Formats: sequence, C-alpha cells, structure tokens
Amino acid sequence: MDITLEVNGETRHLSIDPRVTLLDALRERLGITGPKKGCDRGQCGACTVHVDGRPVLACLTLAATVREPVRTVEGLAADGRPHPVQQAFAEQDALQCGFCTSGQVMSAVAAVEQEVADVREFMSGNLCRCAAYPNIVAAVEQARSTKESADARV
Amino acid sequence: MTSTETRMAGRLGDSPLRPDGTLKVTGEFAYSSDLWHDDMVWGVTLRSPHPSARIRAIDLTDALRVPGVSAILTAKDVPGENAVGLEHLDTPALADGVVRYQGEPVALVAADHPETARRAAARIVVDYEVLPAVTDPRTALDPDTPWVHADHDNLVRDLRIRRGDPSPTAPVVVSLDFEVGMQDQAFLGPESGLAVPDGEGGVDLYVATQWLHVDQGQVCRVLGLPPEQVRLTLAGVGGAFGGREDLSMHVHACLLALHTGKPVKMSYARDESFFGHVHRHPAWLRYEFGARETGELVYAKADILFDGGAYASSTPAVVGNGGTLGLGPYRIPNVHVDARGVYTNNPTCGAMRGFGCVQAAFAHEALMDELADRIGMDRVEIRALNGMVEGDLTITGQVVDSAAPVAELIRTVRDLPLPAEPAGERDIRELPGGASNTTHGEGVRRGIGYAVTYKNVGFSEGFDDYSTARVRLEVVGGEPVATVHTAAAEVGQGLITIEQQICRTELGVEQVVVHPKDTTVGSGGSTSASRQTYVTGGAVKAACEAVRASVLRRASEALGRAELRLDGEKIVAAGGEVVASLAEVLTDPVEETVEWRHRPTYPIDPETGQGNAHVQYAFSAHRAVVDVDVELGLVKVVALDTAQDVGRALNPDAVVGQIQGGSAQGMGLALMEEIVVQDGIVKNPSFTDYLIPTILDMPPMQVKVLEYADPHAPYGVRGVGEPPTISSGPAVAAAIRAATGKPLRRVPVRPEHITF
Repeated sequence: MDITLEVNGETRHLSIDPRVTLLDALRERLGITGPKKGCDRGQCGACTVHVDGRPVLACLTLAATVREPVRTVEGLAADGRPHPVQQAFAEQDALQCGFCTSGQVMSAVAAVEQEVADVREFMSGNLCRCAAYPNIVAAVEQARSTKESADARV
Repeated sequence: MTSTETRMAGRLGDSPLRPDGTLKVTGEFAYSSDLWHDDMVWGVTLRSPHPSARIRAIDLTDALRVPGVSAILTAKDVPGENAVGLEHLDTPALADGVVRYQGEPVALVAADHPETARRAAARIVVDYEVLPAVTDPRTALDPDTPWVHADHDNLVRDLRIRRGDPSPTAPVVVSLDFEVGMQDQAFLGPESGLAVPDGEGGVDLYVATQWLHVDQGQVCRVLGLPPEQVRLTLAGVGGAFGGREDLSMHVHACLLALHTGKPVKMSYARDESFFGHVHRHPAWLRYEFGARETGELVYAKADILFDGGAYASSTPAVVGNGGTLGLGPYRIPNVHVDARGVYTNNPTCGAMRGFGCVQAAFAHEALMDELADRIGMDRVEIRALNGMVEGDLTITGQVVDSAAPVAELIRTVRDLPLPAEPAGERDIRELPGGASNTTHGEGVRRGIGYAVTYKNVGFSEGFDDYSTARVRLEVVGGEPVATVHTAAAEVGQGLITIEQQICRTELGVEQVVVHPKDTTVGSGGSTSASRQTYVTGGAVKAACEAVRASVLRRASEALGRAELRLDGEKIVAAGGEVVASLAEVLTDPVEETVEWRHRPTYPIDPETGQGNAHVQYAFSAHRAVVDVDVELGLVKVVALDTAQDVGRALNPDAVVGQIQGGSAQGMGLALMEEIVVQDGIVKNPSFTDYLIPTILDMPPMQVKVLEYADPHAPYGVRGVGEPPTISSGPAVAAAIRAATGKPLRRVPVRPEHITF
C-alpha cells in the first residue's frame, strides 16, 4: 500500500506492506537509523520516537497507521545546534555504549516538555544495560533547568 | 610559564567528554546494525531446535525455490577448517552432522529481504535424530553419562589448588552449598555486521566485537584465507560485557558474501541473540571455612563446578579465575580447592564481566557472614581481620605486590551514611513493588549486607598479553595533530577518551584524532578482563614516548641543541628557553608503532595450583541496603554503596560510570537475571521474561574511589570494570538474608525463596 509519512519535517512517500512497522519503515526504507532495534517487541525502548509529540515505540507501531508528524532523534536539532536534552546527555555523560541513547533522549524530551513529576517512573521503559541511569537522571535534570530558565526569560 | 599554567583540558585526571558522545546523542553514530550497502543482501541463520541430535540429512529444495534467495549454505560449503573457538577449536562454524545445543547454527540463507530469508530458512528440512541430552552438569563426569563430544570426555578443565596442611583442623568450622544461575550479558545492540566481498576473493567485515584480531584469526581459518584477505573494522558496539568475545555472525556473513559476491548484512533479533552468544556460567559451589575462635581463617576448602555448555569458549579461563581467586581476598594459610568446568548440552557459557569471580563471591561472602555469626563477630570486622594486605600471599602463593586495601574498603563502605530509617507514611514508589501498589509498608523489612571481593586484571597464566599502538604526530593547518591508532575495541567504556587523554598528556598537543579501529594495525588484545586502560593505555603511552623521542632527536639535529624537551607545543632547552615550536620541527609527520606487554604471568602448577598466575589484583567492597516485602517476596534495593581501589583514576567520571554500571549488573544477578534452561531448552529468550535492571531498580549509590597507584602499571592504573560486578551481588544477597533471616543459598533470589 502507499503511505505518506511526515518525518522530521519532510514528507516521504512509501509503498509498503501493511505489516511493516514504523521502525522498519524508518530504518530500512528511509535510512533513518537513529531509532534502534534492540528487541522489536516493545521491551527495551531503544526505538522510541515521537508521533505528534507523544513518545511511542516505533517497533510496535504499524507505519500505515501513522497520520501525525513523526520526530526522531535526528529531528531534534534546530539551527544546527543539538537539542538541550541532547546537549545535556553529552555533557552529563548519560551514556556508555549509547545504543539506547536515541530512545532515552526521545523519552527525556517528552519528560521535559510534559514537565512530568517523576522522571524515573516516566523513563522506566527505556532500558540501559550499561546502567548509565544516574547520569541519565542528571541529564534530564539539567535539561529541565535549562528549559525553566528559558521559560523564565520569555 | 610553567607547564601547569599551559595545561589544556582533557589530559589524564580530567574527565573530558567522550569523542563519540555527540554522535551518539544525535543518532548519527553507526552501530553494527545500522550498516547499509545499496547492493547488499540479508543473511539469516537456521538454528537447531534440539539440544542434542544427529543430522541425518538436510533438504534445501523447497527453500531454494523461494524467490529472492541468493544462497543457502551448510557445513559442506565451508571452504576452510570448520572450527572456531577462543581457547579450543571445538566449535563448528556450521553444525556438521551433529548439534550439541539448542540454537546451534545449522544453515545460512542470503536473500533480498530479511523476511524472505527467514521464510526460506523455515523451508529447509533438517532430518534430526534426537539424542539424549546431557543437561545436568553435576553428573556430566559420571562414567555412564554420554560424551557431548565423541572424541573426549565431558571435562573442559580441572584445576586444583593445594596449599599448606592437607588435613587442617580448626575450632570453628562453617560450610555451605551455593548455586548461581545463568546470567546473560543482554547487551542492547544485537549481534550484527556487514561483510563486503572485495571482488578478488577477499572480504571486509564490519562488526561489533571485543577483539578484532582474535576474530580475524578464526574467520581466516574457516574461510581458508590469509589475514591479508580478511580485514576487520570495528562497527559501533552496542554493549559487550563479555558476550562479544566469541564469534557470532562474523564467519557466516563472510561465507555468504564470498559465496554470493554481494555485501551481506546480518542482524540478530532479540530472541536469536539469546542463542547467538555465550552466557555467564551457572555454578554449583561447596565451601568450608575453618577458623580460630578469634576469627582468623585457618583453612578453606572449595569445590566449584561450572556448566560450560556445549563448547569450551572461555571455560578454561573461567575455571582458572574461579579456582585461583575463588576464596576471596583473604589471607588463608591452608587451602584445598577443586574447580571444574564441564561440557553439557546446555547453552554454551563463556565470558561475562567478572567471570569466575562473580560466581565464587556469592559463596565465599555468604560463608564469611556465617562464620562471623557463628563466633559472634562483626561481619565487617571479620573481613577486615582476614583481608589481604600488600605483601600477603594469595592462595596460589603469589605475593600481592601492590595495594590490597581490603580492610579500608570494607570499613569505608560501612562508615558511609546510611539511608534514613523508614518512618511514617511512605511514598509507595520507594517500597518493594513500587507503583504496583503492593504494600504501604506492612510486611516490609530492611536488611544490610556487605561484601568484599577481588579480581585479576588482564590475561593470566602465562598468556602473551599485549597491545599495539601507532601514534602519528603531524602539522595540519599550522597546528600539531596527533593520531592514535589501535585495534582495541571501544564498547562504551570510554577507551578512546583515555587514548586521547594519554596523547594530550604525553605529547602536549590539544588535537588528538582517534583512528577507526581495524586490523591494519597490530592487535590491541581483548576488551575484557578490565585490561584496556592498562594494556592499550600502556601501549599508547609507549608509542607517544617513542614519538616524543623522535621529535626531540629531529629537533636536536635541526637546531644543533642537546637536552631538549617538549613542553606543551613548544620545544624547550634545558634552561627553559623556548627554541622552537613543535609545528616548526614537524616538517614531516613522525609516526611510531609500539607493541607493549605487561610483566609476564606464569602457568600454575597442575598438581598444586601454585604460581604467579596474575599480573594485577583489583579490590572492591559494597554495602547494600534493601527493603524486602516478606509476604510477597519483592525486594527494593534502597542503597548500594561501594568503595574501590582504582590505582589511579585517569578519567574520574568514566571510573564512576563503570562502577555504577558494573554494580547494577551484579545486583541484577542477585535479584532478577537468569536464563532459565530446562532439559537443554531456553525458556525465556526475551526482555519480557529475562529482566534486567531498569532506571527504577537502580538504587542511589555512594561511590568512594581510592587511588593507591600500582607501581608496576602505567600511570599506576588498576583495572576498574569488573570488580563492582563481583561485590555488588553478594552484598545484595546478604542484605536480603539479613532482612528475611532466610539462608538464601541460590541467586537470583526469587520471591518464592523469600516467602516459603
């Protein structure tokens, strides 16, 4: 079937089998490999992307069902500058091998944007086998305070 | 101006940002599963459903008819020797007539789409004659147990240590039996890679691994090609933890690529990954300590059995560690240890962070608590009393010739602030069960546990353990730039950051480029055994020193001056006068390649186990505080505090990251992580059924880093990555015992162990 996806601000047309997941469409058809296939079963969170601003597991989402804009880790930077959450992950060393990082970053962006009360509860679907968890929490805190000071200036 | 004032950031002792960090947070970093080639086909593996069977015939007829299939290969298509293995060449690249574990590769399919390849693989008809499987390692050596390999019995390695009085007695004797389940490395980036044929009979393999050169040797053997025709480049590694020491898809992708003439990508699914790499050995341990009434150990006996599964993998080294280090970091005059690894038809077990020691530590630390309780002594102080100090002898008779601060480590964790005692209404998220709302505090008991352990760093028992570094210094755009080239695998631990830090420190240049890791430079040895900062770090340091000497020799000749030194990016004479800039002297690049070895180790005596087996020991201690819901058997780790001697922290933040990560994996083994195997069949190959710690499971950690430089190691470093995985689990298990009063002689501790 023919579908249209808006990914990171670009409109992309695809002819796919209806069973193709959003993750496979991104990775194998559109060359967008930031979202990772860690389990393909919704168990690890490495494939987390945003659909209409909501974090979703791309491996559990059929591409053909997606109507709203998709944002992946590649679409976070603005004006050639990393997103404050990406900046915070790098500065707080919130990663070791980094395989889970794309998904962690997308969940963290949602956590910061939604001003969630409990970051750890919100992020608990994103596994990190290197257990860089303390630095992930620190990165989200840093991004949150960056956002708060930016909001205060407005 | 002194060199301190000109000091730039990112030298040793700093914690600069990792050079691949930006790429990793922006999604641009190419992991092995991200690789792509426009002309590529996909490879998949058909695996045995049986733990033990004879292959009578393989019929490819139906599978070959699937449109889009470009090749199907079996053992008869292997051009070279069909045998790989880290220590014994006992593992077929593709099963030849017999399968010895569930998941053993039997055939390979290449097709235009992974789904096409999987469908074709499902149409391969393998005629198996199912055979009795050896699934209980405790009877693997019995005379009536079948042999897993037809040409030898089921013993992989038998190690004995005999020291002191063969029949010691002591006024206080304690003993126990302990069992450790099979843990998985569970790296998140699945086994994957891309093999590209070069059109001239050779192949380039891009793969996530821990040791490029040992892979290269094995791939060459199976392909029947010389190393010049099998070139490996490290692709982005999504975690390793020992699980990438053995080959996975390496040979298979190359076989398919050479057969089809096309680039071949292979990437395992998560369930396949549970069969695609080795696991941590389950272990059965019987221990006995004899002590004086004042607490000093008089003797120790241990009988340790590791289930190696179908093939040898790293089992000999695991037995080596379990045997030589398995009584813990204690001074013990009389010792009797038997450690064995056996073949079974269970999943093959091999390397995982802290191997051999992780399993043993659960037993020796549980028994140390038992001994303390028996004689009415404090559990911390009995460890301090018996703990090794520098100059002591290990149980193999080796002098511990650098810091062994066991007493300080265990007392340090004891003296760290404890979390507040629970009082009043508690946030349910802080309780066992968390947001599942299983308790409001009723039935919850707190416990505190301690453990101290040690681990060898680097390869042991006479292994020629070395690393190669090539460092080039040149002027680019008017600025001196160093390029460091090693084949040592970066797997997330931060080795490339350390390589840069060493170059900046030794050469005084700011810009350091890390060359991609590949086999065009000599071996970097394995990223395992906590060895890379020590060994590859030593090689990079030595290569920098050689470069510096060449630069100064060149400067002396050009300037007609003697006794020059490099200070920052300046050439300075003995009196402090700046005589040239580094850029002025570097008219041509200077490049040096150095192969660097740590001091040698030696095999142990086969009868007594005595000998200088190890190059360095690393010590760590943990204190765990847990809340246990004794009605439901749920555990919440409230705090996991640790102290570790790292010799010298070259990158303090990376050291803490390793300690946190290692601690979490040890905690995982104590609480939740186990591959359940029944009759040789894996029951839980998924992250739904094999649990690893989440961010909610990660407890607050106080980390105390001691820095007692090892005079024998470059910069005084001591390996960091493994000790935390060894001492954290036993501390958690001890805390659960303290909370529940149950003996808990098996890990992972499951709810039913607590409630019944």
